[in-house]
Amino acid sequence: MIIQDRMTVTSQQQIAHNIFEMKLNGKLVGEISSPGQFVHIRVSDSFEPLLRRPISIASIDQEVGEMTIIYRAEGRGTTILSQKRAGDEVDVLGPLGNGFPVEETAQGETAILIGGGIGVPPLYELSKQLTAKGVKCTHVLGFQSKDVVFYEEEFSKLGETHIVTVDGSLGTAGFVTTVMAELGNEFSTYYSCGPMPMLEAIEKMYAGKKGFLSFEQRMGCGIGACFACVCQTTEGAGKAYIKVCSDGPVFPAGVVAI
Amino acid sequence: MNRLSIELPGLSLKNPIMPASGCFGFGREYGQLYDLSLLGAIMIKSTTLEMRLGNPTPRVAETASGMLNAIGLQNPGLKGVLEGELPWLEQFDVPIIANVAGTETADYVEVAKMISRAPNVKALELNISCPNVKCGGITFGTDPEIAKELTRAVKEVSSVPVYVKLSPNVTNIVEIAQAVEAGGADGITMINTLIGMRLDQKTGRPVIANGTGGLSGPAVKPVAIRMVYEVSKAVNIPIIGMGGVTEVADIIDFMSAGASAVAVGTANFVNPFICPQIIEQLPAKLDELGIGHISELIGRSHRL
Repeated sequence: MIIQDRMTVTSQQQIAHNIFEMKLNGKLVGEISSPGQFVHIRVSDSFEPLLRRPISIASIDQEVGEMTIIYRAEGRGTTILSQKRAGDEVDVLGPLGNGFPVEETAQGETAILIGGGIGVPPLYELSKQLTAKGVKCTHVLGFQSKDVVFYEEEFSKLGETHIVTVDGSLGTAGFVTTVMAELGNEFSTYYSCGPMPMLEAIEKMYAGKKGFLSFEQRMGCGIGACFACVCQTTEGAGKAYIKVCSDGPVFPAGVVAI
Repeated sequence: MNRLSIELPGLSLKNPIMPASGCFGFGREYGQLYDLSLLGAIMIKSTTLEMRLGNPTPRVAETASGMLNAIGLQNPGLKGVLEGELPWLEQFDVPIIANVAGTETADYVEVAKMISRAPNVKALELNISCPNVKCGGITFGTDPEIAKELTRAVKEVSSVPVYVKLSPNVTNIVEIAQAVEAGGADGITMINTLIGMRLDQKTGRPVIANGTGGLSGPAVKPVAIRMVYEVSKAVNIPIIGMGGVTEVADIIDFMSAGASAVAVGTANFVNPFICPQIIEQLPAKLDELGIGHISELIGRSHRL
């Protein structure tokens, strides 16, 4: 169920250049049902900025009622968020959207998880849940450069992890597709979150394979009421749009027109 | 005695708070969050004769204490609303105000005629003020004569009272208000959004794909209050006021300016629980002001 919760910041730290990891405690955590869901955060109690900021959930700890979010402090809203300290309260709406289906990969099967930049965080909780049920996970994580790479160690603990940087300052030089080409097609399911061009390349490369993609779009309400975050389906022009926030953000490969 | 109840043409409101059209879809999303019967009424999203897909994205852009939108009247069309949306809303004890939009008079007439017969539609809201569609919408709302004629045409076929939603994008809003009153409008809803634009710093181009968008949120409230004040002094039909409402104090302001009920728009996007929260806070606010029944607030600003 979607709830509005005043969550308490339990920690906040910069883990890469302009990349922050924030831990939040509150009853909202108990409502999270799948990895890849997101929360809508009001960074200030004033009207500046007015709208909430959608941020994906990187990991959850149900026992202590804590969730971790990882975000890039880029605009006005996320910069204000990055100034919150342990003990501060934040107005959080969530959990929102439909996450990655963990049940689509069976125990003993292999999954490949591909993330790009700030699309990497939701794959961490996904990988935790997949590996916990006995799925073998391979991670391909793409970043712009070494200074914005995060969670390499965390992912490595869960499975084989390949880091790719556009400028070659860490790991393989190039794009995630460079590594994907080497890894081949011997897996059951692929899961991905990242920028649109990356999702497009992945869908092409893995045509015919079972996959799930998480999309990003400029949002208003986050609950499906404002019709701001729509995208077209592959059924073509003239067909009704789907909403990224409430129909997604995760869709099976081939549903969204990229 | 219910000190929040308000009687308006076609509408017995248990309280004067309702979500504004376009900010609440057809209620389904909010219906998952709270009991919609708590609301005074619901203004559903604009309905057009045929299904509309709306504008390309980006459709929204944040601005100082506000936001721009250019959704473009995306809706499932008259048939979709009659068959798929209104019957679902019947489970709630809440009057529905159906917002009607079109590109020509015949569209408005057809939609108004059919939708006004739905059992839970207690009033219509004529959208002659949408700034985000290429034809129709606002073109009907900026010329007093055209606005009057459209109101008259719709009044002839509607089974329920007709409210007309005014655009603030005019030089003289009083003139338009008087014209729709002369055309037979039972009430006025105001204001729709103000046309605005935001540019991208890097490219210099508009952020919203449509170029312009409608400005809403706290930034527009002073404009709305001024217009409700002016129009309420000049017409004899009730006004449902809106524009930048975010808290209970804003309800007091709109009613004091001359509104008989108040709609909440953009604030639903920021806090989906805002309507029931405001309704809950109203009695204490009235106590604080020494007001017995909320209707005593209406037009307080006129008594100078």
